[in-house]
Amino acid sequence: MLWYTGKRLLQIIPVLLGATFLIYFMVFAMPGDPIAALYGDRPPAPGVIDQIRDQYHLNDPFIVQYFYYLIGIFQGDFGVTYSGQPVTEVLARTFPVTIRLAILAIFFEMVAGILVGLISGLRKGGIFDATGLAVSLVLISLPIFVLGFVAQYFLAIQWGWFSPTVGGDPGFVDLILPAIVLATISFAQIVRLTRSSVIETQSLDFVRTAYSKGLTRRRVVPVHILRNSLIPVVTYLGTDFGTLLVGATVTEGIFNVPGVGRTLYQAVLKGEGPTVVSFVTVMVLLYLVVNLLIDLLYAVLDPRIRYA
Amino acid sequence: MSTPLLQVKDLEVGFRTQTGVVQAVRGVSFTLDRGSSLAIVGESGSGKSTTAHAIINLLPGTGHISGGQVLLDGQDLAQASQHEMEQIRGRKIGFVPQDPMSNLNPVWSIGFQVEEAIRANGIATGRKEVKKRAIQVLKEAGLQDADRRLKQFPHQFSGGMRQRVLIGMGLAANPQLLIADEPTSALDVTVQRVILDHLESLTRELGTTLLFITHDLGLAAERAEQLLVMYKGQVVEAGPSADILQNPQHPYTQRLVAAAPSLASRRIQATGSIAAAESSIAADASTAAGETIDLLATAEARAEALEAAASQPPAIVVENLTKVFKIRGSGDFTAVDDVSFQIAKGTTTALVGESGSGKSTVAKMLLKLEDATSGKIVVGGHDLASVSGKEMFGLRSRMQPVFQDPYGSLNPLRNIGNTIAEPLSTHKVGTPASRRERVFELLDQVSLPRTLVSRYPNELSGGQRQRIAIARALALKPEIVILDEAVSALDVLVQAQILRLLAELQAELNLTYLFITHDLAVVRVIADNVCVMQKGRIVEAATTDEVFGNPKEQYTRDLLAAIPGANIKLGA
Repeated sequence: MLWYTGKRLLQIIPVLLGATFLIYFMVFAMPGDPIAALYGDRPPAPGVIDQIRDQYHLNDPFIVQYFYYLIGIFQGDFGVTYSGQPVTEVLARTFPVTIRLAILAIFFEMVAGILVGLISGLRKGGIFDATGLAVSLVLISLPIFVLGFVAQYFLAIQWGWFSPTVGGDPGFVDLILPAIVLATISFAQIVRLTRSSVIETQSLDFVRTAYSKGLTRRRVVPVHILRNSLIPVVTYLGTDFGTLLVGATVTEGIFNVPGVGRTLYQAVLKGEGPTVVSFVTVMVLLYLVVNLLIDLLYAVLDPRIRYA
Repeated sequence: MSTPLLQVKDLEVGFRTQTGVVQAVRGVSFTLDRGSSLAIVGESGSGKSTTAHAIINLLPGTGHISGGQVLLDGQDLAQASQHEMEQIRGRKIGFVPQDPMSNLNPVWSIGFQVEEAIRANGIATGRKEVKKRAIQVLKEAGLQDADRRLKQFPHQFSGGMRQRVLIGMGLAANPQLLIADEPTSALDVTVQRVILDHLESLTRELGTTLLFITHDLGLAAERAEQLLVMYKGQVVEAGPSADILQNPQHPYTQRLVAAAPSLASRRIQATGSIAAAESSIAADASTAAGETIDLLATAEARAEALEAAASQPPAIVVENLTKVFKIRGSGDFTAVDDVSFQIAKGTTTALVGESGSGKSTVAKMLLKLEDATSGKIVVGGHDLASVSGKEMFGLRSRMQPVFQDPYGSLNPLRNIGNTIAEPLSTHKVGTPASRRERVFELLDQVSLPRTLVSRYPNELSGGQRQRIAIARALALKPEIVILDEAVSALDVLVQAQILRLLAELQAELNLTYLFITHDLAVVRVIADNVCVMQKGRIVEAATTDEVFGNPKEQYTRDLLAAIPGANIKLGA
């Protein structure tokens, strides 16, 4: 297990290098001059342009620029934004917000998704199951921005249950509505996944054996049916984390959450190379670490899996 | 006289389907006295397992009791509530399920699953007490190092060990009645014997009443005082085991007794009775329909055929064949160790052994699905090690396999016609029209209706599927057919049909068979020569008569002794 974890951690290094290179290249290839974007309508003095070009190595070939950036990263220097803030500061400010949002969303989709999926699976063919399937299908088909605006309009503006925008330095409570919106699609997926998994597990031989031992339904359902059904759900969470980060960009925009998604989106619009690359790199890193954790959790859930 | 422990009266079980209710059990009645034992025998689909599940009210899917009574100590279980049943299962009725591989939850440790049963039935309370009882239960079930293995998971146990765990769980709460549903069908014969002996002594000690479900008539007669023969959901015959075996009344039971390989082969040996027509497969040379078989004459004809075959170059020569698998962490594993044998043209050699003895690996190497580590395989004069890919392709058309599982070896998305024609089109034999003709011819040969060509495997029974697999193997008119446990998954009657078919085809087409099986009883009726394998080595090789009549090795004797029903004397 230790050896496996070490190996996986080592694998992260080439993946991260590759990711930064690709993203750096894409930002480099974006049309438009970053200096023009920086100064907007009023062009700066010619000397200033040259000075900036020099300072940011903009006259050097792409590959050299990339290496300057890499060296910086290893020294803890992620560059500065156009407004002069070090990127590290922006990272430190926005990431906790998005991580809070993601944790809340994962909590909602797991608890509600598994619960609804379990009941649907146990009562396959019943009214609850039919409704659950129909609703989850609708939710999966809805784009997240539609869902976001609808939720914002009704739940916040019309009925006033939540505040329509977040802003500032939000805590968990402020993020409830955005987290629900963010969790919705994954919730529907988890409902369906859990449901089919429960139905399959329920008909397995060892469940009948469990009953034949004299166990009550209240014990068989959580211990023998649910526990085994969770294995595919947990693997789903790994890929789902990526979807969640993408969804966060939209959700944060709608609810004005000062998190990674919104900041990244704006940086892309402004063509802020160092900011975009640094943000995406940290997101990739997070994704890899989360997936490693999930693979380890998988081994805990299923003792047949042994990593060597 | 006390009231019987279990009384089943006119039990009816139905399964709801889209087209209505299918009756799986129709009016089954029987009585089980305290401390007695009863075996329900029948082929798959006869409703025997369904009856067992109905008693403990654990019918799968849409199954439900649609009529009749199940009286346990006078209480009708068919009317019992869920809560009442939870009190009865485990405490009053223990259940040992069929397949040890799928009946333990893979994600919980053995200890957890046994302790759970003990706690649920209130046998012991408190962590230490429960654990102590769990170890005791497992030790009783024959797991000597139970205290050490409690923390292990099911996948770390062998099939036999898992079955012991399941037996232990079934008996954990000292139930009055134990239902054992094919408890050893998935196990090797020798393991089966040990486990059944143990189960027998255990239930006798505890005074447990035993309801035994099996497809194996020999096994049933050996293990139970009373027999109940089921066919298509109904009881066709019931009575004391010995009576039924010696004097079966119902035609179905008569066929079953005749077809049971373990019993039938003894019969040929002991009496040479003409009534053994069903099992005359051993003497295949002149099994013309309707003809009375003169065993002596056929045996002579067969011997002549064998002599003639011996003068020709052998079809298969295997010399010093060895296969070593490299296993990470635990060194090498020698699956096949210095194996040598020859098979003469037109004869059948059986490779016998328990699971893990390396017999299937030999088959895979013969088919070149696996490369040999060392040694030589010569098929029809070609050394497999040195043939080119192209030559191998040609060689494959002369050597065809039939595998064990007729459910897994047919592609469910291809219809029967295409399945049988596939080798023909792969080897570009003939035109589409001539291939179609050949498919019809093959269906005739394996006695299946021609209308099957457009059907799909899931519409066929296991026996029909295995016939399809044989038809496919014969499509290219091979000289050699390698049958890897080809009849192991089939019911006795179907098994007898397939074996007879194989013998007829051999006589007709002069086929050479390598017959791989764990079932010595089947060997008796199909093989000319036998190689007994143990742990990768051939421990005994001789003609079938010698191996059965005068086994040299202790291991062979153990295998022979383990054939269920082998020591039952049929009244002649």
